[in-house]
Amino acid sequence: MLDFFTSPVFQTVIAALNSGFVKTLELFFVTLIGAIPLGLVIAFGSMSRFFPLRWLSRTFVWVIRGTPLVLQIIALFYVPGMKEWFYWPSGESGRMTAVCAAFIINYACYFSEIYRGGIQGVPRGQQEAGLVLGMTKGQIFRHVTLLQMIKRIVPPMSNEIITLVKDTSLARVIALQEVIWMGESFMKGNSGISGLVWPLFFTAVYYLIFSGVVTLLLAKLEKKLAYFQ
Amino acid sequence: MPILEVQNIEKHFGSTRVLEDISFDLDQGQALAIIGSSGSGKTTLLRCLNFLETPDQGRILVKGETLFDAADPATQRESEVRKKRLHFGLVFQSFNLFPQYTALQNVTLAKELLSQEQPDFKAHKKAILEEIRAEGEALLAKMGLSDRAGHYPSQLSGGQQQRVAIARALALKPDILCFDEPTSALDPELTGEVLKVIRALAQDKTTMIIVTHEMAFARDVADQVIFMDGGVIVEQGPAREVIEHPREERTRQFLSRY
Repeated sequence: MLDFFTSPVFQTVIAALNSGFVKTLELFFVTLIGAIPLGLVIAFGSMSRFFPLRWLSRTFVWVIRGTPLVLQIIALFYVPGMKEWFYWPSGESGRMTAVCAAFIINYACYFSEIYRGGIQGVPRGQQEAGLVLGMTKGQIFRHVTLLQMIKRIVPPMSNEIITLVKDTSLARVIALQEVIWMGESFMKGNSGISGLVWPLFFTAVYYLIFSGVVTLLLAKLEKKLAYFQ
Repeated sequence: MPILEVQNIEKHFGSTRVLEDISFDLDQGQALAIIGSSGSGKTTLLRCLNFLETPDQGRILVKGETLFDAADPATQRESEVRKKRLHFGLVFQSFNLFPQYTALQNVTLAKELLSQEQPDFKAHKKAILEEIRAEGEALLAKMGLSDRAGHYPSQLSGGQQQRVAIARALALKPDILCFDEPTSALDPELTGEVLKVIRALAQDKTTMIIVTHEMAFARDVADQVIFMDGGVIVEQGPAREVIEHPREERTRQFLSRY
């Protein structure tokens, strides 16, 4: 048994899976960094009192949430080149850029609806209390509503973020060499190794550990915000 | 000259007329109680004074300055409305404390944000914030809450929360402090501690408008009383006179239930 873990084949496979998982992590964090603020912009748009903006935002959210992420990745990667609008950088970096863009847009739409629920869930009296104390709308948002909204959205956001951990595997559809792609490659042949099935299933360990860590961190955040009701 | 003049205020929600031709004056240092059954327009009137609702007709003057004139859109600009609100303080029926801040932070937050607009804020930041904190602590002490300054609203009783809310409203030194049924959300045994605080404010000659269902309290604490019904002022006058010897039949009917 120990021989297996020290064998060159195992070492090669793990090295390849690690390099794939680095890309998985990159996609995960870039998506969060982009989608968390973009979601807020879309949320404000969909709550705007200016009808065209509200309509545009809600239609956009409908289209993005109503179509598969896989299709969006394919479309965003291939269509600009086919139509000669612009070209993604060649190779792996171009694939990563395109897939990050698709993920950010897709997750921002889901986040925006969670934010909207969170903002509208804060009692109206909170805003009125801020108004009669002479605060501006911006001050009320930053100093009164924001933290109450964050507290409300942590559980649904946790759900989405755990889903994102696993959704990153969809990037393989445009041949981004993330962890599943790497695992599968040892079936067809990679570094002189072929016909191996276990590396593909072994990728599950990566996802499990990573989503475990994410779950713990989000639970910690939830606990941190438990000091008020 | 009265500190507050309300002239011919009218307010509709859709086709429902909520306030009709409301006019009254209030002198500096006087307490005015507004009584009447639910739906009579009392709360809407307070909300109009605090610019949470915009009247369809009428004018509101404080110290002779026109703060609101339905006929003059220039008086309704959002940027100016914000400053005008500071003439009034409002204590809500449901307290509306900020749950994520301690009692003291609830009292000092708005003042801190306002002080940032002073030109000398950066130079004297520490001294200014220290002064605001000291004022906040003094206000909580006045409310009998010195030992609760570091507590969050969820750790306080309803009566304590409402007293924090009163301190919060007082922190901005409004010309006129408004109370919207301040004890209606409280258990009977907690009502007393809040009424005691308001009574003390009246003795200090704080100019106040109190919407209340506590008739004995209105009679003893208020100088003037307005009785409203169906969006109009039915009767107004000195508190004791209106409550003990109402002239109007509708007022008598209402008061007979207390």
